[in-house]
Amino acid sequence: MVQILSFSLLAAGVALMLIAAVGVVRFPDLFMRIHCSAKSPSLGVGLIMLGAALYFDDITVSSKAAVIVMFIMVTSPVGAHVLARAAYFAGVPLWRETLSDELRDHYDLKTHELGRPGATPARRPRPPQPDL
Amino acid sequence: MFGTALLGMLGLAIMLGFVRLARGPSLPDRAVALDFIASLVVGFTGVFAVVVDAPVFLDLGLVLALVGFLGTVAFARYIEKGGPPWYKS
Repeated sequence: MVQILSFSLLAAGVALMLIAAVGVVRFPDLFMRIHCSAKSPSLGVGLIMLGAALYFDDITVSSKAAVIVMFIMVTSPVGAHVLARAAYFAGVPLWRETLSDELRDHYDLKTHELGRPGATPARRPRPPQPDL
Repeated sequence: MFGTALLGMLGLAIMLGFVRLARGPSLPDRAVALDFIASLVVGFTGVFAVVVDAPVFLDLGLVLALVGFLGTVAFARYIEKGGPPWYKS
């Protein structure tokens, strides 16, 4: 019974990861891809580690799985944010049907600081239209 | 048997991550794909520990999560500071 529960948790985690992989391949834009490559795998790792902790039913294994889940839940958003910030400064184009880019006039692209709106002129060029 | 099928599905997901790593039009795209593959491999170690019934593989997952995060942060800092000399944004 516990084994069935643990394997269904593992299957749910693996399914989340597979869906995230499809999103990573098919989404048109780097920022959308970060959106699906950061969130779903961390929930998937959480489900998989919960399933493993149920399967082994041992306090040392459970504490190890809990440490992994806490570590992933802390580091995954930080890594995604750092990557998205670096990509924005590197001038990665947005999707051509993106409606708003609220950071557009707010970043000082020389010092990489966040300023008042309109304080720095918009030095970011209009993103070129990628063909997708 | 069912666990092996789960491992196969995870392998398929990792292969899709490698598709994005090969196709990604810019350098940050490839960094995102590497980060994604790192978190998939952490999940793979969890499933693998259950399939082979050996909980020591969870230690491997912990180490991989740590190294993957450090690699992501280092790569992002590198891109933000300008990237390789041949790279034009």
